[in-house]
Amino acid sequence: MGGYSLNEEYVLRMENIRKEYFGNLVLKGINLKIKPGEIHALLGENGAGKSTLMNILFGMPVIHSTGGFQGEVLLNEEVINIKSPKDAMELGIGMVHQEFMLIPGFTVSENIKINREITNSTIISKVFGKNLKKLDFKTMNKDARKALDTIGIGIDELTYVSSLPVGYMQFVEIAREIDKSSMKVLVFDEPTAVLTESEAETLMNTMKVLANKGIGIIFITHRLDEVMLVADNITILRDGEYVNTLKKSETNVIELAELMVGRKLEIIQKTDDDIEEHREKILEIQNFNVDMPGERIKGINLDVLKGEILGLGGLAGQGKIGIANGVMGLYPSDGEVIFQGNALKLNNPKEALESGLAFVSEDRRGVGLLLDSSIELNIAVTAMEVKNKFLKYFGFIKFEDSKEIRAYAEKMIKALDIRCTGPTQTTKSLSGGNQQKVCIARALALSPSILFVSEPTRGIDIGAKKLVLDTLVNLNRETGMTIVITSSELAELRSICHRIAIITEGKVAGILKPQDKDANFGLLMSGLEIPREQGVD
Amino acid sequence: MKEKIKTFIGKVGLPRIIIAVFFILLCVLAIPLNLSVPMLVSDILVRFGMNGILVLAMVPAILCGIGLNFGLPIGILAGILGGLISIELNLSGGLGFFVGTLIGIPIAILFGYLYGQLLNKVKGSEMMIATYAGFSAISLMCIGWLLLPFKSSEIRWPIGQGLRTTITLEGRFAKILDNFWAFNIGGVRIPTGMLLLFFIGCVIVWLFSKSKTGIMMAAEGSNPKFAIASSIPVDRMRIIGTILSTVLGSIGIMVYSQSYGFIQLYQAPMMMGFAAVAAILIGGASTTKAKISHVIIGTFLFQGLLTVGLPVINQMIKESNLSEVIRIIVSNGIIIYALTKAKGGAAHE
Repeated sequence: MGGYSLNEEYVLRMENIRKEYFGNLVLKGINLKIKPGEIHALLGENGAGKSTLMNILFGMPVIHSTGGFQGEVLLNEEVINIKSPKDAMELGIGMVHQEFMLIPGFTVSENIKINREITNSTIISKVFGKNLKKLDFKTMNKDARKALDTIGIGIDELTYVSSLPVGYMQFVEIAREIDKSSMKVLVFDEPTAVLTESEAETLMNTMKVLANKGIGIIFITHRLDEVMLVADNITILRDGEYVNTLKKSETNVIELAELMVGRKLEIIQKTDDDIEEHREKILEIQNFNVDMPGERIKGINLDVLKGEILGLGGLAGQGKIGIANGVMGLYPSDGEVIFQGNALKLNNPKEALESGLAFVSEDRRGVGLLLDSSIELNIAVTAMEVKNKFLKYFGFIKFEDSKEIRAYAEKMIKALDIRCTGPTQTTKSLSGGNQQKVCIARALALSPSILFVSEPTRGIDIGAKKLVLDTLVNLNRETGMTIVITSSELAELRSICHRIAIITEGKVAGILKPQDKDANFGLLMSGLEIPREQGVD
Repeated sequence: MKEKIKTFIGKVGLPRIIIAVFFILLCVLAIPLNLSVPMLVSDILVRFGMNGILVLAMVPAILCGIGLNFGLPIGILAGILGGLISIELNLSGGLGFFVGTLIGIPIAILFGYLYGQLLNKVKGSEMMIATYAGFSAISLMCIGWLLLPFKSSEIRWPIGQGLRTTITLEGRFAKILDNFWAFNIGGVRIPTGMLLLFFIGCVIVWLFSKSKTGIMMAAEGSNPKFAIASSIPVDRMRIIGTILSTVLGSIGIMVYSQSYGFIQLYQAPMMMGFAAVAAILIGGASTTKAKISHVIIGTFLFQGLLTVGLPVINQMIKESNLSEVIRIIVSNGIIIYALTKAKGGAAHE
C-alpha cells in the first residue's frame, strides 16, 4: 500500500530516521512524507516514537545532546539541517502544542506576536539600541486579527488569554503559528485532547482551511474517528518502528486500531484458567470519580472478582492511574466503593489500608520508597503503622522489634529474589526492578486481600520486568490474592491478566479478555465502540 | 590513593575535616603559648555539657521534616520562664533547678504545639519561617519581660519597670549540675552531673527514634508522600517533632544557665539557635538527616574550637576580639555550607 508515485513533490520528507538513546534504539527507520495541502495523521500508542520524531523535526536540544540522529530531513526536496527550534521556525515549520505555551497576562495579539513584535524606531532606541524600540500595536493587532479570521475564530484580539476558555487557547496557538509568514508545515500535537466536541469540530475545520492554503499538516492523535474525518493519509508507528502509510480511502478504523496495537511481545504466561463468570465480587466500584490531575476518573463502574488478576489499560492521561490512587484515598474521590460487602470510607488512606487493600504506587521513587532507609525498614514500616506488626511493648510504649523485622525482611528478600547486599542496604542503591520488589514486599507485609499495582515495570529493564510480573502471577496462583494491575503496556497486561479493562477518557471503555483481537483493544483505547462482528478470535 | 582520599572526604564530610584540622591546630598552638592544657580541657568539657542538649534539640526537628530548628529560641524562652518561676517561688539548689525545668516543659509543649501548627502551614520553607518565628518570639518576649508580674527582687530591676537583663543564679542553682559528682583527674575537672544529663538525654532521644512514633516520624520526615500512602499522620508527626525539639530547647537552656551562672533575658537568646544549628551540621548532619553521633561529635568540635580559639588567638593578637569574629565566621559559614547542600528541606512534599 502507500500508493505514492515518486514524481510527486513533497513539502517535507523524513527519510529512514533512526535515533538511539543511550544504546536503546527508539526510532528504527521511520519514513514520513507530507505533500503541500495534505493532512497527514501520525498514529501510535504512547512510546511509539511520535514525540521523538517531532523532536527531531524541531531540532530539540534533547536530540542533539544525546548524539543526534541518523537519516535525512528534506524540506521542498532540499536536505535541511535543523539544529534548534529557532531554525525550524525560520524554515517555516510550526507546532501547536498539547500544553499551551501562552502567557496568561498578555492579550491574544501580544501572545500571537510574541518574540516577533513589530517595532518602530524612536529617538531613545536610536541612542540606546534596538531593545528600546517602540511596539507598533496597531499593526500587530491588525496582523493578529487577520490570523484569527483565517482560522475562523471570532475572539477579540485584545482580550487577555487568562480570561479565555481553555478551548480557545488552542486557537490562539494556531493563530500564532499561521501568523508566521511562509509557514510550510504545521504540526498539531494531540490538539483535541482538551477540547469539547464542538471545539474539536471547529479545530478540524480550521485544519482543513489551513490545508487548502497549501500548508502541510501533521496531525498527531490517537483518536481514530478524528483521523478518519480529516486526514488524507495516515502513518502508523509502533514501538519505534514504521508500520505503514495508508490512504484514508483505502483503510478503516478497525485496520488502523489493529496496526496501532499489534502484538509486541509473545505472551509470556498464557493464562490457563479463564476466570469463571460466577466468581464472587470482592470489590465493587460504583459511579466513582477521582480528581487526580492528568488522570481524572469520571464516574466509572467496575467490579473486581475474587482471585483474579484484573488489568487496567489505556493510554496515558486517560485515567487508568487514577483508579487505584482514588480507591486508596491518595487523591480526592467520590462515589461508592464496596469492599467485601461493606462500603469503604473514601479519601481515607488509613481506612483503605486497614480494611485490607494494599497499593504499590506508580511513582516508585517518589511515593513508594524511603530512599535513604534500609530495605528492612521499607518493608516493615507500613505494616508497623497500619497493623501494629513488628512491634514489642514496654509498658505503654511501642518499640520496633528489630529481630522480627530482620527475619521477615530476609524471608521476603529470598521469596521475591531481591538482589541486595543484605536487609540493611539503602533502597536508593538498588536497581529499579529490585526497588519494585521491595515495594511489593512492603505491600505484602500488610497481608492484603487486594493488591493494587500501578505501572510495575516502568523504568525497569526487560529481564527484571519478567521477574516482577512472575512474582505477581505466582502470588495470584499460590495464595489466591486478587491483584489489580495498572499498566501502560498492553502486551504486559495481556500476558498475565484474566480480564483487562480499558480506561478511556476517565471511563471504562470496555472489558476484554487477553486473547481478544488486537483491533478491539485499539478501538477501545481510541474511545470507539467495537462493531458487532468483532468477536473473540 | 586519590580515590581513597575522595571517599574519605565524602564519608567524613569536608566541613567536619576542616573544623577538626583547625581545632587540632589550635590545640597544638596552645602548648608553646604556655596555656594551661588541663584548664582548656576542663573548659571544653563544660562548654560541651552546656550546649549539648540545645544541639540535641535539633535531632527531632530534622527527623520530623521541619529541617534545622532555627526557631529554637522559642523553646529557650519556655525554659527561661520556668527558671524565673522557680526563683519567684524562692526555690534554690537542686530543687530549684528541677522545679524550674519541670515548669518549663509544659510551657514548651504549648509553645511547640503552636509553633508546629505554624510550620505545618508553611511546608517547604520551614527554615526561613522558623528563623523569623524565633526572632519574633524574642521580640515579643522583650515586651513580656517588661510586663510580666514577677515580684522577686532578684528578677526585677531595683527601680523602674520590668525584669533585669541578666539575672544571677548565685545562691539559686548556679553550677548545680557542674558540681554534682564532679571530680578532678590530673587537673582536669569533670562536670559529671551535666555530662550525665546530656548523655541521658541522648539515650532518651535514641530510644524515641526506635519507638513506633519515632520511626513513623522519621519516615514522614524523609518522604511525606510515602507517609500519606502509608497512612502516617503527617501533620501530627511534624507537631510531635516540633514539640520535642522545643522541650529539649527549654531543658537545654536551663542546663546552659546553671553552668553559666546567669539567666539572660531580652536579646540574648536570639542567636542561640544558630550556634546549635552550626554544631550539629559540623557533626555531619544535614537538613534531612541527623543522628545522635552527629550531636556529640558536632558539639565537641564546635565548642572545642571556640573554647581553645579564644585564649590562643588572644595570646597571638593581643587586645583583639578576633576570637569572636572567628566564632561568627565558623558558625555562619557552616550554616551557609549546609544550606547550599540541602535539597529544599521538606519541600519535596
